[in-house]
Amino acid sequence: MTDVKVKKEFSIGAFMGSILRHQIFIPAAALVILLLINLVGDFFKDSSFFTISLLHNSAGNPVLSGNLISVLDFGSELAILAIGMTLVTAATGGQDISVGATIAIAGSVVLRIVCGADGVAYSVSPGTLILAFGAACVVAMICGAFNGVLVAIFRIQPMIATLILFTAGRSIASWINGGALPRVNAESFTYFAGFIPGIPIPTPFFVAVGCIIIIAIVLKVTNLGLYTQAVGINESSSKLNGINPVSIKILSFVILGLCVAVCGLLKVSRASGITYSVIAKDIEMDAILAVALGGNALSGGKFNMTASIMGAYVIQMLTTTLYRFEVEPDALPAYKAIVVIVLVVISAPTVREKAKSLWTKMTKGQKKVKEVA
Amino acid sequence: MKDDRTILEMKNIHKSFPGVRALQAVDFSLCEGEIHALMGENGAGKSTLIKVLTGVYEKDEGQIFLKGHEKAVVIRSPQDAQKLGISTVYQEITLCPNLSVAENMYIGRTKGATVGWSKMNKDADKILESLDIPAKATQQLASCSIAVQQMVAIARAVDMDCKVLILDEPTSSLDEQEVQKLFKLMRDLKSRGVGIIFVTHFLDQVYEVCDKITVLRDGQLVGEFEIKDLPRVQLVAKMLGKEFDDTSEIKNTELVYGGDDASQCVFEAKDLASNVGIKPFDFYIKKGEVNGFTGLLGSGRSESVRAIFGADKVISGTVKKNGKNIKISKPLDAMKNGIAYLPEDRKRDGIIGDLSVRDNIILALQVLKGFFRPFSKAQANKFADEYIKLLDIKTASKDTPIKSLSGGNQQKVILARWLLTHPEYLILDEPTRGIDIGTKTEIQKLVLKLASEGMAVTFISSETDEMVRTCSRLVVMRDRKVVGELSGEDVNQNMIMSTIAGGDKE
Repeated sequence: MTDVKVKKEFSIGAFMGSILRHQIFIPAAALVILLLINLVGDFFKDSSFFTISLLHNSAGNPVLSGNLISVLDFGSELAILAIGMTLVTAATGGQDISVGATIAIAGSVVLRIVCGADGVAYSVSPGTLILAFGAACVVAMICGAFNGVLVAIFRIQPMIATLILFTAGRSIASWINGGALPRVNAESFTYFAGFIPGIPIPTPFFVAVGCIIIIAIVLKVTNLGLYTQAVGINESSSKLNGINPVSIKILSFVILGLCVAVCGLLKVSRASGITYSVIAKDIEMDAILAVALGGNALSGGKFNMTASIMGAYVIQMLTTTLYRFEVEPDALPAYKAIVVIVLVVISAPTVREKAKSLWTKMTKGQKKVKEVA
Repeated sequence: MKDDRTILEMKNIHKSFPGVRALQAVDFSLCEGEIHALMGENGAGKSTLIKVLTGVYEKDEGQIFLKGHEKAVVIRSPQDAQKLGISTVYQEITLCPNLSVAENMYIGRTKGATVGWSKMNKDADKILESLDIPAKATQQLASCSIAVQQMVAIARAVDMDCKVLILDEPTSSLDEQEVQKLFKLMRDLKSRGVGIIFVTHFLDQVYEVCDKITVLRDGQLVGEFEIKDLPRVQLVAKMLGKEFDDTSEIKNTELVYGGDDASQCVFEAKDLASNVGIKPFDFYIKKGEVNGFTGLLGSGRSESVRAIFGADKVISGTVKKNGKNIKISKPLDAMKNGIAYLPEDRKRDGIIGDLSVRDNIILALQVLKGFFRPFSKAQANKFADEYIKLLDIKTASKDTPIKSLSGGNQQKVILARWLLTHPEYLILDEPTRGIDIGTKTEIQKLVLKLASEGMAVTFISSETDEMVRTCSRLVVMRDRKVVGELSGEDVNQNMIMSTIAGGDKE
């Protein structure tokens, strides 16, 4: 084939095309649309969606409050999970649906160590906390490795393999504390999911930023990204190039396990306790949606971590927006589903290709008109 | 239409992709009862022309006429093409292996919600019988050989009342006997008035079965020729668009021998066997030597080199490198010992489709360097640029996903990947399969050049003339067993064939 030297000239068509093709476009566009909806909504509501107020909590510390702050707060939990879910999706071409249940396990482990046998703790020492979090990490990573082994070695479909912990996880969580509901009545324990005295921004945001920085460094100084994508795209080729697909897949589940442990700590800190059947319920679906909304193929292969993390905040923005329009909590999933269908259809590669060709046709038409004139 | 016998005419077809003119003013015509070869190097525009005809791509310009239609026909999708009587059988079987033969023939074509199973099976058997295809309607497709599966795909096309049948490299995974069966079927269809477009890389087959040849080069029409008017050398010259790069030139290249001194063996294996059922075999290769594994399809040549590379589970045997015992139980062990392996199935085992050309090139060296030591972007770009230039890889950029390159260029990328690791021993399993003659010759020359620089090379090809040209020593295999070794004067077609056939004497 002959290569045609294309003159590099600026055209709106090409510019729009490159934007449309960029993976970040989808979550970014969704974010803009949600913001616009809320902007319009402001005219019909007494209070603005965008109001952020500085209040003082019961301890007298300054805290920011408002819809955007709660997006930042709860979206951070999702963002942490989206990191691990993106890797699992890329490497295995499947998703982990046991995330919520494993969060219950991790949270239960934290409370077991913090509260001891009494089931209640009035003060928490830093040493105990580190021990508790460390134990939760180990347990959650073991859960991840369990899923990983089923998927990588026994070649079970990821959704089926993780169905085991999805079903059993909350019972295991309850068993860890002997069925009791331990409570933590220590102010300092709420700092993780609340506010650190003197800092008015919710702590989960800082935790998420920490996790994002860590994964960014890991992706930079290791070949995790290259190997994960290679295994997800073509396992057989990867193997013949010396990559061990089994260990890469297990590793991705173990990393998700770490994310789950962090999220588990946030969840029990938020509630100062645990309700086994409710904690982090359905959170895996939001995490998977975050990955999908980020434009990553759920069938595995190439991934874009930034897009997934943005996707997580957009999903939370959607939830908060729906709450704002006073959608009944029970009806929430239905509304969410509708919005999600639209978003996912828009982000489907075929639709994007169509949109792109439509755009080029339109701009071509304009050019022709100009030539005629 | 030129005359009454013409059933298909494509006029002035243009098709461009971003940055590439794939087809420029190409004409093509096909008569009833004609087998018409479509020839050209990779990137000549063969597949684009076929995809335009079958509605996979939309043409930018041009017209397509079909017999029985007064105006130019509009083909927007493969379904449109099928309705107009244009059917395609691809290189890779696109049927469902777990369904029965009859189900495969009628899938997607039954009207209404119910299926008349017995009628369907009866009809299918009738067609299979009339075409002399050795398969039963109720048999599971996967239990048929690849050739029969391909024939079933053809039967499906024939039953859909196709007037134009496109065979896109149907023979690349068939052995000689199977090819003959396929040709018989093609001649049968020809006598029924079906026009067949035959895309292939095998020159012999073109001269055996075709009536006409259309040659494309760089997206342009070179010409349409009667088969008797175009000698082989001329055809090759037209495809390459340069003076015939005579293969005898390669033959004259001095073959480099490592001598008989056993101490010069780079790699030696004894009683090597893997879990895929090959008999234990001994093996050695010397510095600067090109050897080959030859044998019919399924004789175990690929399995043997896979065992050396540790690609399959090795169950017995010892391997020595420069006289010292080494252990190779997985590909990484082999790579660390300086072995590189270009696999037989490029799509399944070679390329990482969605990754860029750059990432595909650096992959093996990156794995060798280690998980915690990634190359910098600048370093990776440097490697990619260097090898794109060195092997003349035609790609829009180094960021292009490898899957959008042509077959020959994909193969060069994989070759680049392994050359980048500077191996001591390079195993090439069918490096020339399904790629154009120009690249084939380039690869053969490269092999000899590498050997002259001291690299040990194993070269496998199903085209024995290629083996004779490049290898100085041949390991002959039959039924998953090494049955002989040829070297020096004995490396020729006749000896290979008689060694393969020699089993009767035993």
